[in-house]
Amino acid sequence: MYVAVKGGEAAIANAHKLLADRRRGDRTVPALRIDQIVQQLGLAVDRAMGEGSLYDRELAALAIIQARGDLIEAIFLVRAYRTTLPRFGYSNPIETEKMRIERRISATYKDLPGGQLLGPTFDYTHRLLDPALAEGQDIPAPETRPGDESVAPRVMDLLAGEGLVEPDRHNDEQEINGFQREIGDLTREPLQFPLERDLRLQALARGDEGFLLALGYSTQRGYARSHPFAAEIRIGEVEVELDVPELGFAVSPGRIQVTECQMVNQFKGSAKAPPQFTRSYGLVFGQAERKAMAMALCDRALRARELGEDITAAAQDEEFVISHSDNVQATGFVEHLKLPHYVDFQAELDLVRRMRAEHAAQAADQSYPEAAE
Amino acid sequence: MSFAPIYNFAYLDEQTKRMIRRAILKAIAIPGYQVPFASREMPMPFGWGTGGVQVTAAIIGPEDVLKVIDQGADDTTNAVSIRAFFAKVAKVATTTHTAEAKIIQTRHRIPEKTLGEGQVLVYQVPIPEPLRFLEPRETETRKMHALQEYGLMHVKLYEDIAKHGRIATTYAYPVKVEGRYVMDPSPTPKFDNPKMHMSEALQLFGAGREKRIYAVPPHTAVVSLDFEDHPFEIQHFIEPCALCAATGVYLDEVILDDHGGHMFVCSDTDNCEERRDAGHRGKLAGHSLEAAE
Repeated sequence: MYVAVKGGEAAIANAHKLLADRRRGDRTVPALRIDQIVQQLGLAVDRAMGEGSLYDRELAALAIIQARGDLIEAIFLVRAYRTTLPRFGYSNPIETEKMRIERRISATYKDLPGGQLLGPTFDYTHRLLDPALAEGQDIPAPETRPGDESVAPRVMDLLAGEGLVEPDRHNDEQEINGFQREIGDLTREPLQFPLERDLRLQALARGDEGFLLALGYSTQRGYARSHPFAAEIRIGEVEVELDVPELGFAVSPGRIQVTECQMVNQFKGSAKAPPQFTRSYGLVFGQAERKAMAMALCDRALRARELGEDITAAAQDEEFVISHSDNVQATGFVEHLKLPHYVDFQAELDLVRRMRAEHAAQAADQSYPEAAE
Repeated sequence: MSFAPIYNFAYLDEQTKRMIRRAILKAIAIPGYQVPFASREMPMPFGWGTGGVQVTAAIIGPEDVLKVIDQGADDTTNAVSIRAFFAKVAKVATTTHTAEAKIIQTRHRIPEKTLGEGQVLVYQVPIPEPLRFLEPRETETRKMHALQEYGLMHVKLYEDIAKHGRIATTYAYPVKVEGRYVMDPSPTPKFDNPKMHMSEALQLFGAGREKRIYAVPPHTAVVSLDFEDHPFEIQHFIEPCALCAATGVYLDEVILDDHGGHMFVCSDTDNCEERRDAGHRGKLAGHSLEAAE
């Protein structure tokens, strides 16, 4: 009986024991190790880190194993751990211009300072299942060359030199309605609509890849079309720096891998802004190109209010997009429908029964004259 | 690396608790007003009581006795899970007896036994905004509350009467608190609404996913919205509880077979057990529910 009036405790304990058993599977098959997941399912790990908002490959890998490969469950595990961590401070903005680049492409220029670097990409592979992988064949070492110490300038900065692109904001403070305001933190302060771009980008960075992908796609198909060009996508490692007040200078706790996507969008001008190229931005932990691109498309669509564009499509609707982009929240609320609701259902049952009885009585009354005819 | 995280008393770190307590104090100061707070991810899913859990975690002390109910019962799976959570991370004493509890966390019910001074009832709230299904935008509903512009809600209730001959809201029935804010009582059946009025207990409401906390302080007027010619009324059950013969309590319908056989039993399991211990017997008493299966 589902309505366990007694015995819920034992049932829960037994269910979790069974879960652990199913997670482990056939005991003759070797158990997965954290390092195997980190090394060989790196993109799953990156997604769990990105949407889990915690840069820790081992913990993300542990979460993936614990979640039996269910990435949203893994993201949830990472978030629930992250929320207990003390906050020491905020890092300085990372300088993606100084990135140690592994991949960098531009769709707007054929060649550019720093060059195009394909890096480890699925692009141009033929999606043919590879039986050799199943046999655990030895993989030859990749081609390498000495690292390029020169800085690859960001494509947007090259464009901005001509004044064709709207200027970028620089400081870690931003001016809003003439007031300087610190950059927000949606994990520490409650989100209150309408948002500024800083909080929107934070929400998008942890937003569900599938949801943002679909919304970004919808803008390409004409629901708030934004005429995007992928000015630059770069993936690589950047230094994280933290100002320590006691020391008086910045220290680096380490490097992180990020994917950055900068798009330019044609803009015909509005009452608020002149014709120019506008910017949109995506930045995600690890290698997550699809997510970074989808994020940039959504970012641009959500700038409609700021740029004085008509808000006509779902992707431009800030409350709609940001309220529903978090998959940990979404999955919790959708799945809570599994919880018992019999008290509410009882109330509705009672109402429907009474209304049906009245309906039947009314129908009987109305049919009476006809029967008499 | 270490995989053995150590958690603070009642799970949340002290800074977070302080933030939540500030929100609670503000909520108590403005009865029925939804205070935004920086809700955290909890180790149970959003929508499963994270708001209530955060409120409880922020107010609970080592000496407190906790009761957790879901659908009125102490033994429903989610109530078991939340009770076990606090027993583990706060090592507090737990109880199923309403009178013994200092803090009662609840989903969808208010206990039948009248709550007294010093008790705190913590509600788990899925959608804190009573106007949400009339106006989906937060920016709009906030304005409506600020201007006390509740006409839309009255129009909805009026349309119910015009269409169905009665107000067709049976749970999460909107109330007005201390003559100011219209408030969602959480999805409790409207049967429980009168218990909120002038209660001696402190009532706190936590909505984790929606990041809102609100409160009804003790001795506060809580009035269910209605019309003069269609006064608010609660559900009435024709049969008494099949186990303890109680009347004037909220009953659950339990299906006994596939030929339409059913019985009605108390939703508040603690109240039902106490009555049976005191010798009250319903028509199916003597058979446990499991036997009735």
